[in-house]
Amino acid sequence: MSIRLHNIGKHFGSGRQRTQALEPVNLDIHDGELVGLLGPSGSGKTTLLRIIAGLEHADPDGGARILFGERDVTNVHVRDRRIGFVFQHYALFRHMTVFDNVAFGLTVMPRRNRPTSGEIRARVHRLLEMVQLEQLAHRYPAQLSGGQQQRVSLARALALRPDVLLLDEPFGALDAKVRQDLRRWLRHLHDELGFTSLFVTHDQEEALELSDRVAVMSNGRIEQIDTPDAVYRSPANRFVFEFLGDVNHLEGEVRDGTLTCGEARLSVELPDGSEELLLRPHELRLASAPTPEAHLPVTVTATSPVGAEVRVELAADWLGEPWLATVRHADYERLGLTRGQRLFAIPRRWHRFPDASPAPALSPLARAA
Amino acid sequence: MSTRALPFAIGRTPKRVLPGFGLSLGISLTFVSLVLLLPMTGLFGQLAGLSLAEYWAIISDGRVVASYTVTIGAAAVAALVNAAFGLLLAWVLVRYEFPGKRLLDALMDLPFALPTAVAGITLATLYASNGWMGRLLEPLGLEVAYTWVGIALAMAFTSIPFVVRTVQPVLEDLPAEVDEAALTLGASDATAFRRVILPHLWPALVTGTGLAFVRSLGEFGAIIFIAGNMPYETEITALMIFVRLQEYDYAGASAIASVVLFVSLALLLAINVWQGRFIKRLHGGRG
Repeated sequence: MSIRLHNIGKHFGSGRQRTQALEPVNLDIHDGELVGLLGPSGSGKTTLLRIIAGLEHADPDGGARILFGERDVTNVHVRDRRIGFVFQHYALFRHMTVFDNVAFGLTVMPRRNRPTSGEIRARVHRLLEMVQLEQLAHRYPAQLSGGQQQRVSLARALALRPDVLLLDEPFGALDAKVRQDLRRWLRHLHDELGFTSLFVTHDQEEALELSDRVAVMSNGRIEQIDTPDAVYRSPANRFVFEFLGDVNHLEGEVRDGTLTCGEARLSVELPDGSEELLLRPHELRLASAPTPEAHLPVTVTATSPVGAEVRVELAADWLGEPWLATVRHADYERLGLTRGQRLFAIPRRWHRFPDASPAPALSPLARAA
Repeated sequence: MSTRALPFAIGRTPKRVLPGFGLSLGISLTFVSLVLLLPMTGLFGQLAGLSLAEYWAIISDGRVVASYTVTIGAAAVAALVNAAFGLLLAWVLVRYEFPGKRLLDALMDLPFALPTAVAGITLATLYASNGWMGRLLEPLGLEVAYTWVGIALAMAFTSIPFVVRTVQPVLEDLPAEVDEAALTLGASDATAFRRVILPHLWPALVTGTGLAFVRSLGEFGAIIFIAGNMPYETEITALMIFVRLQEYDYAGASAIASVVLFVSLALLLAINVWQGRFIKRLHGGRG
């Protein structure tokens, strides 16, 4: 079932303490899509999710509307919205067994719609099988690990076959390994059952890996919504670019097509004036000699050869903050990188987000690379 | 007894990391003995002078038995009323924000702080047929002062903090998310309360109500002024003890007191055992 949001805004407090948690947001989520709401804390992503769930109300002025498919649920109570909600801290009923937790939604249905107890038992066991917890049906939540509790909470949310599944930082309280497993498993479940889901996270990797589309939020605003690939490769603005990965900054003065910053020089095709360029660590090459286009002398301050690439920390007098470069192990060995070594950084490409224009300026330095 | 009969030798316990166990336990036990156990032993010492038949005659005297009925009946009503309103007060204090919340919170402890006699006199004046409340209630046919209703009222006044103060922290511990989870699963407000919130609060509520009940059984000062103290009708057990004492009948007073003591102890013990089991389940102690 698709979800359509029109003008969903939210203020908290009143009078002078009135703060805006959400600027009016418009969002379309297609049937069967898995969308991630990504943003730092305080960006309004959880508020937006809770408004969609009906746990909070959007500002009534401004004509806020929430549509599930063709159904207008703007003024429908949370219990009648037919959503499944998964909380960060599981919110399991501690005095009930795993079985009773999962069965809860079915047992509180009005008598005339309620399945027979045999049907409920069969359905709960099917759900527990799906989350691989059927042996633990008679345990209490306190006897389960965090990952198991979150699976119970997911089974509980799915028991009523909701049209829409909403997850609030579902893996936030779990450790890295369990997170990875649950993430893969949720994606699998989503593809198998075909519900529409929306999840909130502050973890870039999680959002990019799990979602069909990612909505990046900051300060109560959706900055960009697109596929993970598009969001990463062509960020709509500087915030999105910086939030989605490590960034190196190069600030300097441009004159006659050359950006200068202390002893550093870089050829750029930009008008004269002060500029700030952004570079990703993997878009930097390290060499023992400068090129005609780029003269960026740096000193290696640390290396970390863990993983597919070597992370190299670089410092220089002309740099405010140290840079980070990731190089291939082959290059690392060829250059014989050691701490204190002096090298030249050569950007393959750089990014530029002038404050005035929201459109991205992106220059491949093809010749330089 | 041979020396090797002891399965665990005293003084051979592994050294504890936390210091001061011996000292703190020693002081605790000494204090408990002096303040709690010694007076109780004194009470039983008084009983030693009585034969079993005499003891039975004192505690099964018609007027005393009537006082049991009045006391237990009124205490039960007071405890139940407090359970309902105490729960509501705790709920309001935890879940909502409103001006004057702190004041209301502080007010909850007033019955503990106020001398009970002051409360008794105040209540008696208010509810007497010429008092503010009494004047309003009398035309409706409701007599509060000098009836068991008055006794229950005084008991409710003195014991309400027990319910509020035991339920409040447990409710604070219960995240609103649990409540919301029940609603997202389609539960009505009433169902969510009955099946999710109440079971969580149940141990605390029962404990609080039990404490309130036990406290009411022994209350004297607040009740005595409003009860009217008519034999067989509005005499409470604590008054019976007082009357015996005034007649220098220490053994008789102790006999009646021992009944109150046994009932209270049995009740407290039962609550403790039951609560222990319930809480164990919440924390996952059951296989």
